[in-house]
Amino acid sequence: MSGFDPAAAQGSGTQRLPGSLNGNRRLSQWLAFHGDGRVTIKPGKVELGQGILTALSQIAAEELDVAFARIRVQTAATPDSPNEAVTSGSLSVQDSGSALRHACAAARAVMLQVVSQRTGVPLERIRVEDGTFHGPAGAIGSYWAMADAALLETEAPAEALPKPASARRVAGSSVPRIDLPDKVFGAARYVHDLRLPGMLHARVIRPPSRQAVLRVVEDGPLPAGAQLVQDGNFLAVLAAREWEAEMLAARVARRCSWAEQDTLPDEAALPAWLEDAAGRGETAVVIERAEGGPGAARRLKRRFFRPYIAHASIGPSCAVARWQGETVEVWSHSQGPYNLRADIAKTLRCAPEQVVVRHMEGAGCYGHNGADDVAMDAVLAARAVPGRPVRLLWSRAEELGWSPFSSAMLVEVEAEAAEDGTLVGWRSRIISNGHSSRPGRDPNPTLLAACMLADPFPVKPSINPPLASGGGAQRNAVPAYRIPNLHIALTRLLEMPIRTSALRGLGALINVWSIESVMDEFAAMAGADPLDYRLRHLDDPRAADVLARAAAMARWRERAKREGWGMGIAYAPYKNSGAYAAVVAEIEARDRIFCRRLWIAGDVGEVVNPDGVANQFEGGAIHGTSVALLEQVRFDRRHITSDSWETYPILRFSEVPAVQVELIARPEMPFLGAGEASMGPTIAAIAAAIQDALGLRPFALPFTPDNIAAAMAEGTAEASGSC
Amino acid sequence: MVAFTLNGTAVALDVPEDASLLHVLRGPAGLSGARFGCGTEQCGACMVLLDGVPTYACTLPVSAAAGRKVTTVEGLGTPEAPHPLQAAFLAEQAGQCGYCLPGILVSAAALLAGNPDPDEAAIRAALDPHLCRCGSHNRIIRAVRRAAQAGRAA
Repeated sequence: MSGFDPAAAQGSGTQRLPGSLNGNRRLSQWLAFHGDGRVTIKPGKVELGQGILTALSQIAAEELDVAFARIRVQTAATPDSPNEAVTSGSLSVQDSGSALRHACAAARAVMLQVVSQRTGVPLERIRVEDGTFHGPAGAIGSYWAMADAALLETEAPAEALPKPASARRVAGSSVPRIDLPDKVFGAARYVHDLRLPGMLHARVIRPPSRQAVLRVVEDGPLPAGAQLVQDGNFLAVLAAREWEAEMLAARVARRCSWAEQDTLPDEAALPAWLEDAAGRGETAVVIERAEGGPGAARRLKRRFFRPYIAHASIGPSCAVARWQGETVEVWSHSQGPYNLRADIAKTLRCAPEQVVVRHMEGAGCYGHNGADDVAMDAVLAARAVPGRPVRLLWSRAEELGWSPFSSAMLVEVEAEAAEDGTLVGWRSRIISNGHSSRPGRDPNPTLLAACMLADPFPVKPSINPPLASGGGAQRNAVPAYRIPNLHIALTRLLEMPIRTSALRGLGALINVWSIESVMDEFAAMAGADPLDYRLRHLDDPRAADVLARAAAMARWRERAKREGWGMGIAYAPYKNSGAYAAVVAEIEARDRIFCRRLWIAGDVGEVVNPDGVANQFEGGAIHGTSVALLEQVRFDRRHITSDSWETYPILRFSEVPAVQVELIARPEMPFLGAGEASMGPTIAAIAAAIQDALGLRPFALPFTPDNIAAAMAEGTAEASGSC
Repeated sequence: MVAFTLNGTAVALDVPEDASLLHVLRGPAGLSGARFGCGTEQCGACMVLLDGVPTYACTLPVSAAAGRKVTTVEGLGTPEAPHPLQAAFLAEQAGQCGYCLPGILVSAAALLAGNPDPDEAAIRAALDPHLCRCGSHNRIIRAVRRAAQAGRAA
């Protein structure tokens, strides 16, 4: 390029760059211009049904000043995509959006500098209209005419200047989702739909119970072209047609003999098991604060319980794998292509470079489900047929029975308030398995098949990320209210009879509910409205704003008591650092509880796509309603028994509440994420509404008639009232 | 050989009679819209229309479709000529992961074919066999109402 020295455009390499750009600093890693008038963006975050590709495209179109329709998204794949770790934690717009915004602003500046040098038109006199550069005398170039990849082979300068909020037009508008047309026309978009020449179909034969050991597989006839793959306790079948693979899996399962043993706790005594295992667990203080204040006049001691919860994706996990010599290529709906690559390599005891992971969409995942596990299964199955692609699909029973679950938990709270109701102290202890066993982070692979091989890897108990990264079991455990004395402790279990990992909200689901439940009790003792009592303890105006907005939407102050109906209000800032969500729930108590209406106010900072955020808040709230009213993983001493939709019911069309979402726009503020914020407050608001309707405060999830009655008796048996 | 009408076109496929209609649609017939969700008629992801009636394709032997009309979401419309329901789902942005949508769309099409003006309760009842995990239910209900209105206006 005459007159342009890429090195001159280079920023000082050690300066902190926004989001994932910091670890993936070259502009060419993030975008490319093409001569045909298109732009490719290359995020490392992946589409999980949350609409992220649309939001990222909007950000790019905005900063580049090109029409939205010109943007194409290159799906994440190793080794070329930026490594953005995992698409999780409601962080995609922060991590990837901030990076793309900065990278696109920088790319625009690079291109403008080149055209300015070439034409002599000063930079400040060039404007960009849909990718074409205009000087005072007309068009002087375009991204498309200058689509030279070498121009973007440069590190993003720290000083690139994205547009001010007031200049944004595309980012901040409800652009329709780019993935939805394929989905309503039934196009082949999911990894489930991938068809490659010569592809075989595979199924896994699961052990009949947890930790069962395969003793013998009796010989028997296989259809022509079919194969059996065995490595220790891992057993799979391959066949040319999907129905053959399915029938063969059932047939081979009948020929297997396994040694079984009891390995699971007694489900009926799960809280007691958690307490007992906590005695052998690892305890750490999450936060400690002692700032004195008035003496305590009222004290509450409460214990909350939640069972294991399943992700329960509508599509079972699926992957396609193909070996070529010493390398294997995998198509997967994993949330973290690089992390999956790392754990596949560890399991195969090979170099990561021998594994390529290409993302393709799956059904919504809601956290660490079976997506990574099935990819490893497909790799193992495909190893038997080098050169041939193998598609492996889990059954419904595998999806609901063998995916990681969100841990069962106990939260014990002891809190104190002064005579006038002001909170003085809050002690809580959380007991839980870890909330992450995601691949890529431990020297040992965490993929399901890794512990089943003839030369197996150990299964380590799941971990909790530190609070600074959002936390796991302790997520949202610190009340977001003004309390002078705090002591929050977390006991992580070091035994893991049921594999646990991340599910939307993680520990926030029980932590928000337990905090809001205790707040309601103190409000009642102080004779205060739950809304006023919360506002009294909040210093953050954005928190007060979402509560006031939700209350106004629901006409909270005008609510009238109706026999059999109740209303509740709850609030949390997700992760204590993310999006604010306040929820008012209205429930009807019949033979069981029905949630009829939800009013939700949210503040996610800058909003890239208002309709997309509303969709996430509503979806999270309906998900939360389902968890609140219906969901629990069932098991006996050997098996997960809730491995069908009959035994693991989720909320249906006939039961879904009406939902109204309003967002408080903060275009000047940083992104806060949107995907998980509404779920915890929804559960908490439903619990409060149950108390309002029935005078019974639930202390165990799900809020079934049995749990409402039983947990009430248990909860009030603890010390409470004046001291 | 099993012969039936698939989305308006006669097809004859060399498949075992006891293979499920779903596996045949997704395999030899080369379609993607009908999806595997459970294999036990509990989620509706595989729903297709058999002579216009919503039918679980996951458990139906393909032989049961012989001589009959099978309609999948691909048969409802195309991006160039969308079914009013497909246009309405896009207008309402009714979906997230979208895995459940093809089954829901064919059930909704059957509903509107028999009842051009369903109220919300009728829509919820017609879609109750379908599971959606993302929580797009209310948008989907609005989209069906929008399509019904468009249909009556047409």
